Amino acid sequence: MIHTFTHNGAGFVLDVETGSVHMLDGEAFEAVRRLEQIEKDGGDIDAALKEGGPLMEEISALKSEGLLFSPPDEDAGMPESVVKAMCLHLAHDCNLRCDYCFAKGGAFAGRRELMSAQTAKAAIDFLISVSGKRRNLEIDFFGGEPLLNFEVLKETVSYARGIEAEHGKNFRFTVTTNAYRVTDEMKEYINKEMNNIVVSIDGRPHVHDAVRKTAGGRGSYARVAENAKALLLNREGEYYVRGTFTADNLDFAEDVLHVADMGFSGVSIEPVVTTGANAIKEEHLPAIFAEYDRLAAEYARRRKNGSGFTFFHFMVDLGAGPCRLKRVRGCGAGTEYIAVAPTGDIYPCHQFVGKSGYRLGSVYETGLEESVAKRFEDCNIYNMEDCKNCWAKYYCSGGCAAANYNINGDIQKPYRIGCEMQRKRLEIAIGMAALERMEDE
Amino acid sequence: MKHIKTVVKGSLKEKKEKTGCGECQTSCQSACKTSCTLANQRCEKKIR
Repeated sequence: MIHTFTHNGAGFVLDVETGSVHMLDGEAFEAVRRLEQIEKDGGDIDAALKEGGPLMEEISALKSEGLLFSPPDEDAGMPESVVKAMCLHLAHDCNLRCDYCFAKGGAFAGRRELMSAQTAKAAIDFLISVSGKRRNLEIDFFGGEPLLNFEVLKETVSYARGIEAEHGKNFRFTVTTNAYRVTDEMKEYINKEMNNIVVSIDGRPHVHDAVRKTAGGRGSYARVAENAKALLLNREGEYYVRGTFTADNLDFAEDVLHVADMGFSGVSIEPVVTTGANAIKEEHLPAIFAEYDRLAAEYARRRKNGSGFTFFHFMVDLGAGPCRLKRVRGCGAGTEYIAVAPTGDIYPCHQFVGKSGYRLGSVYETGLEESVAKRFEDCNIYNMEDCKNCWAKYYCSGGCAAANYNINGDIQKPYRIGCEMQRKRLEIAIGMAALERMEDE
Repeated sequence: MKHIKTVVKGSLKEKKEKTGCGECQTSCQSACKTSCTLANQRCEKKIR
């Protein structure tokens, strides 16, 4: 399978099964696009290539080298299901009440509670016990707002660090926080101990304040912006300022650039996944695509003049990306990644916490509920009907199972509007990465 | 005159034995919470 597309006036073709990317001149673009249609219609590519001429010979040579029209591997294999990453819900409570929150203000449709140190330590033990030969284990301190339970966070890190060597493991910690309340002690501690920090800011003050409100209904931007700067701007390690855009701010490029202009170098602004009032609908897509193009132009300009930043969804490393096996099964929810509620109950990921029929077990029990785990093992691009013939399948890997479930009620049924946006972002990301490579040569 | 310039020769068909070590970052631990993108993650072996 191949996919042709243009970016910034240049034509490209992606060879889906190998990940090879070629740049095409106008004549080649038209010819390859015609062959792409023949392939889609089930026609004979080789017969078309026999038309002859220098261009067809060039295309034939690439096909012979296995860089174009590559067939899928019949024996590509499946990744092992070994759990090695855990989202630890330290607090089912939050000091904000964001309008679009999937955790319903932090309580996840349950009661407000904090995880005990005993349960957090049992979670660490559980992760070690199921992680087999995996050395690198990941813990994301999540909520609600995890810093509401800061003492347990510290105790958990200390416990994990104390036993990792004897088990041959290396823990990597992330904290995902709204940064509404961050003390000087917290700033120092989490910068020292966390491998990654994710702070939620939605962009411009009026955009952020319209949805990210305190329990009293006031906007949180001023305080969060001050705390986030103090926490992150002198940080040497990895971090992201991440936010959400909705149908209410389709000019979201302004929000991405606002966050970058605050001085933050790692930025991710994601489209909201909801069926609520500010949901993204089909009719919004042309405006969203144009906005991604506008963002891409400014993004490339800043990277060229040395004032660049990283936009999570425009990142694709064409040479050092993940292997094929990694790309078969998305984020690994339920197979290599699990979430733990304050009670110790285990779910496939943070978004499934508390959902009926999705409990995988408990950190106080052994093993995982096989029938639930099997559903997530089967959720992969070889099985998902809508993904089999999609050119982007090795880049999004079937998308977010929770988004698929929330919109379509089926983890294997991709959220179509999400797919449309994903494909647009990927064309930009691949096109930009290709153009940067060409300029570097 | 060449009409096509290869930008990158992809490695998705690397031998199975060399791949799938499972040591790389889980995408949800980076910045993605709802819009899963795998291709922007790094291979642990290639980082080193």
